[in-house]
Amino acid sequence: MNGPHDLGGQMGFGPVAPERDEPYFHAAWERRALGVTLTAGAMGAWNIDESRHARESLHPADYYASSYYQIWIKALEVLLKRHGFVSERDLEAGKAADPAATPKRVLKAENVPAALAKGGPCDRPVATPARFKAGDLVRTKTFHPTGHTRLPRYARGKQGTIDAVRDGFVFPDSNAHGRGENPQWVYTVVFDGAEIWGEGADPTLTVSIDAWESYLEPA
Amino acid sequence: MSHDHDHDNELDPFAARVRALETILTEKGLIDPAAIDVIVDTYEIKVGPRNGARVVAKAWVDAEFAAWLKRDATAAIASLSYTGRQGEHMQAVFNTEETHNLVVCTLCSCYPWSVLGLPPVWYKAPPYRSRAVIDPRGVLEEFGLTLPAATKIRVWDSTAELRYLVVPMRPEGTEGWSEERLAELVTRDAMIGTGLAKEPA
Repeated sequence: MNGPHDLGGQMGFGPVAPERDEPYFHAAWERRALGVTLTAGAMGAWNIDESRHARESLHPADYYASSYYQIWIKALEVLLKRHGFVSERDLEAGKAADPAATPKRVLKAENVPAALAKGGPCDRPVATPARFKAGDLVRTKTFHPTGHTRLPRYARGKQGTIDAVRDGFVFPDSNAHGRGENPQWVYTVVFDGAEIWGEGADPTLTVSIDAWESYLEPA
Repeated sequence: MSHDHDHDNELDPFAARVRALETILTEKGLIDPAAIDVIVDTYEIKVGPRNGARVVAKAWVDAEFAAWLKRDATAAIASLSYTGRQGEHMQAVFNTEETHNLVVCTLCSCYPWSVLGLPPVWYKAPPYRSRAVIDPRGVLEEFGLTLPAATKIRVWDSTAELRYLVVPMRPEGTEGWSEERLAELVTRDAMIGTGLAKEPA
């Protein structure tokens, strides 16, 4: 979707504000927000693509007014309601008021180190050989899907070069919507700055994205 | 936001909101609050940019390791026991005299947690995410880094599940240094590309 999250090339947000010796958390609640998000995710009711899509589906005004942990929590409430774990009545009461759906699993403290060490690999075998090879010229699709996609707007309809053939990976555009993993080859595609930004582009700039095969056509 | 209730009036509204959510999920038996403590402890104390700095320092002193890191970063990094969440699929990119690498996630906040820990706020915020791809030199200036005009800049937008680690150039005057000493020169920003390795004091 052309959501508020798709920020490449947007303007008006001001300078980057690096913070010297920045702490990992700026308030105690951010620690709990990280942990609640990860433990709720560990229930296994949704995948990383659905959670990313929930975040980018926040209203743009809300998205831009929120810190990243706030975005996480707001999206988490949406996911918990969608999957029947939390109701509006629960949230209004600030305590459990309604029964919850049954999770696939509950992450216990003693299992956290193993779960974090394992992570969630997204590479999958793909039945067909890779369509492109390093050095091939390609053009990215021009499209405006209303659902989740990982092809940023600034890189749509642009000619680039296959820099590397990666692996087969779960396809977020379908996986985010419960339509299956449908793994595809992923490629690193590199573009000249001028191809993307045109007039005034930094002549020393190249930008690469990692693109699923269906985002690409031969150029 | 009807559930910004006032019985937690010692907390700011968002802190109360997070606490309420944790309470609800705990009461329903869906999460284990002790698991949250372990997660926080992991990312506040155990996992951080020191991991990545060790990877870089090893690559500086060990050409064979550097070649492995270039070819299969996931395996090379795993050999130092840095694995797991948001480091499942790693790619190392090496700065050279000709090219400076810079990593961003324009679409969200993808970041190599296993080697750098949790991302800083600026990495997840709109100013960096919007400008890194169109005006990287301007962004680098805001970090106090001015690159020579002829240096090529390669920006890596982490749009899929690959996570990028920049291997900065080894500073001059560090011949014969141990890995441990070299690792002290490798900052988090140098491994994102918003900085260079520190010069020896």
